[in-house]
Amino acid sequence: MLKITNLAVSFNTRNGTVTAVRDISLDVAAGQKVGIVGESGSGKSVTAFSIMRLLDDGGQNDAGTIHYQDINLLQCSEQEMRDIRGREISMVFQNPRAALNPIRKVGYQIEDVLRRHSRSTRQSARRHAIEALSAVKINDPQAVYGRYPFELSGGMCQRVVIAIALACDPRLLIADEPTTGLDITTQKVVMELIDELITERQMSAILITHDLALAAQYCDHIVVMKDGEIVESGDSVTLFATPQHAYTRKLVNATPRTGASLRDLLPSPSDAKTSQLTNKVTSLAPARPAPLLEVNNLVKTFTTASGVVNAVKDVSFTIHRNESVGLVGESGSGKSTTSSLLMRLDHCSSGQILFEGRNLLDVTTKQFAKDPRRASLQMVFQDAGDSLNPRHTAEMLIVEPIARLTNMNRKEKKARVSELAQMVGLPEALLTRYQHQLSGGQKARVGIARAIALNPKLLILDEPTAALDVSIQAIVLNLLHDLRAELDMSYLFVSHDLRVVELMCDNVMVMRHGEIIERGSAKQVLQQPQHPYTRELLAAVPQSPELQYGPNTSNRAVL
Amino acid sequence: MKNRFIAVSQRVAQTIPVVVGVVVISFLLTRALPGDPAVFFAGVAADEASIEQVRVALGLDKSLPQQFLIYVGDLLRGDLGQSLSSGQPVLSDLASRLPASLELTLFALVISCLIAIPLGVLAATRPGSWVDHVCRVLVTAGVSLPTFFTGVVLIYFFYYLTGWAPAPLGRLDFLYIEPEHVTGFYLIDSLIANDMQTFAGTLKQLILPAATLSLFTLAPIARMTRSAMISALSSDYIRTARAAGLANGTILRTYALRNALLPVITTLGMVFSFSLGANVLVERVFAWPGIGSYAVDALIGSDYAAVQGFVLAMALLFVLVNLIIDLVYSLIDPRIGFTTNE
Repeated sequence: MLKITNLAVSFNTRNGTVTAVRDISLDVAAGQKVGIVGESGSGKSVTAFSIMRLLDDGGQNDAGTIHYQDINLLQCSEQEMRDIRGREISMVFQNPRAALNPIRKVGYQIEDVLRRHSRSTRQSARRHAIEALSAVKINDPQAVYGRYPFELSGGMCQRVVIAIALACDPRLLIADEPTTGLDITTQKVVMELIDELITERQMSAILITHDLALAAQYCDHIVVMKDGEIVESGDSVTLFATPQHAYTRKLVNATPRTGASLRDLLPSPSDAKTSQLTNKVTSLAPARPAPLLEVNNLVKTFTTASGVVNAVKDVSFTIHRNESVGLVGESGSGKSTTSSLLMRLDHCSSGQILFEGRNLLDVTTKQFAKDPRRASLQMVFQDAGDSLNPRHTAEMLIVEPIARLTNMNRKEKKARVSELAQMVGLPEALLTRYQHQLSGGQKARVGIARAIALNPKLLILDEPTAALDVSIQAIVLNLLHDLRAELDMSYLFVSHDLRVVELMCDNVMVMRHGEIIERGSAKQVLQQPQHPYTRELLAAVPQSPELQYGPNTSNRAVL
Repeated sequence: MKNRFIAVSQRVAQTIPVVVGVVVISFLLTRALPGDPAVFFAGVAADEASIEQVRVALGLDKSLPQQFLIYVGDLLRGDLGQSLSSGQPVLSDLASRLPASLELTLFALVISCLIAIPLGVLAATRPGSWVDHVCRVLVTAGVSLPTFFTGVVLIYFFYYLTGWAPAPLGRLDFLYIEPEHVTGFYLIDSLIANDMQTFAGTLKQLILPAATLSLFTLAPIARMTRSAMISALSSDYIRTARAAGLANGTILRTYALRNALLPVITTLGMVFSFSLGANVLVERVFAWPGIGSYAVDALIGSDYAAVQGFVLAMALLFVLVNLIIDLVYSLIDPRIGFTTNE
């Protein structure tokens, strides 16, 4: 159905020509579901955009052909391409809310496509649009027809995007990270919807994702890309059972999974610093001294135009010294509100926060910023890129908290920064760089260095690896784990990724609608969940059957 | 929908304190002006006693709060006082001159929108092309050339050298009879009177000052349109629209331009407000009997009732324009009703 032969794509940038895709060949048969897996910069999205001929300015196809049925897409006129897009080949994007026109009713946006490809007349457009909405299982499509994207949830927006893509019954659907940024349960619903619709309509599909398990679960065939090249491809079962290429193996290994320890995620035991520390961690864990943080009956209510929102309702928990506690929940569960209440970034409506036995609420949020205890409580944010000042160098960023809360002189500060850089594994040469000159993993390291600069006792980690590629995530998680042992810190690890929490935490709390609905040791909660919601969350985690056994059993398929 | 209605009425209600503030400030500001109106009013030959007499007659011997109360009372009755220089009530002076300024400003704005928005759109869709360069040159010229200079240059070419335009002397050549007063806008009034000759005569007089003013107002509008279009065109929803195979026209109009218009409308409101003020110079150059030249004369002549009336009228106009802009904005952007009352 789709045949890509020796495709090469490059971009003209200010710093010269950058090759994004080199010499790729790929076939998609009718009814086949192909997954393209790779980390950022691997060229997987560029490949997809080349098929649609929607490359950004400066992008050009240098070589190769893309045949859709008998049409050479790269030689079509722009007019012919417009007829193909939406009618023959469609695309679903990540970040569904931004993918819809913010000031046009979603029904009209579907009508635009239907009318463009002459599927509807002015009279029948509304009826067809509502049919398209009910096809993606939206309850009350009549009402949703007249809504604007900002009135719909992320999952609903993605359904609308899918409705637009499938409105004209295309034969091939390209889904570019369709569930990135969605909650895990929504992710499952959306993926299953796409899967069902594709099967029902006997379409072909290309799923582009960074998540190996997701691709393995929904695709027949998987292609692994790295640096613009296909390093391995094959049937999804065999590919995961017997990964041939070193990079595939590294990816498979780095994906958090049941039964694997944090160290298993790293490519090799070469990380000398890491292996030395392993024993130290285990020796520290059993000792349980006095509680470090005690939260009693914490409540936060917001008053908005649409009424009172109980973001956090009566939450109590304790974090002990050197303990790592996971806080799990979907968006809107109150987990981020809870962490900003602990950091005193927000007033709490009622409740008590005791830090080392002293009430944190005895000063106002404003005063707390200068309180000496502020140094003991630090936060690492989700998107290191967005949370760092773009006009500051890495060094300035790390120095900032030191300068604010201590009286070190210049020389001491400088020494402290290099010490911190060393601790987080940031080469000193990078200290003079600005954040846009650093990679995702390096930015994460800067964020961590900043947070540990004042020897905090408690670190609140708000999805610290959500924006990172799996192989980088594995390294950062290991780093965090080692630092905890080294600096005798406690963690509150806020995340939606249950597998990561299982690796990182001793105890886990599951939050929903502002309440903690289940808590216990990580093993207990994640392996024998009691609450139905926890079970639902766990069921939503993408599971390829092979991953459960881990890569070590790779010989099994050969036999 | 209900939320939207609440947001709109809230926005309208917000104008009330602004209007009150405007009244207070216009009163205090004119009191702070240098020059003693009593001396001026009494004439050159007046002695101490007659100046004092005038002062009492004008109510200037009373305390400031008292004067303010009298002023507010007069305002409520629609009395803005008497202009010293023209001898007419300020209200009727303003009423006869404001339409002249408004006609000029609005006409100039329409011209500049008709040029600037398509130019900005074209420049955004073809960055680096000749259209983009033309846009850049026009924007630079509009920003850097003072209006009195462009006005004089235009007069030199189109009146003095070629004689295409009529003499730059007011709204209508003396050959024509003023159309019957309905709106005060000669273009509209002459159409109502079905007097095409006067209409053409008005248009001829209007074209040069309007061109001068529109070159000045074109710059910010074109620049804003260009940058808003560029950011709209690179957004995710445009990519979705393109991936759905929508026609280029639909993508440009319904998807990109409608989103890009939001910041353009905000700019338009600002441009309208400041061009009302910038009018003064254009009116001077073209002997336009507008409100700007009236205010300058009044200021020089210590005619404080007239100045006060002018300040008040302008401020109310600003408030009105901003209100209209905000309401138009909320019509285009469905998100407004929800974001204003957080």
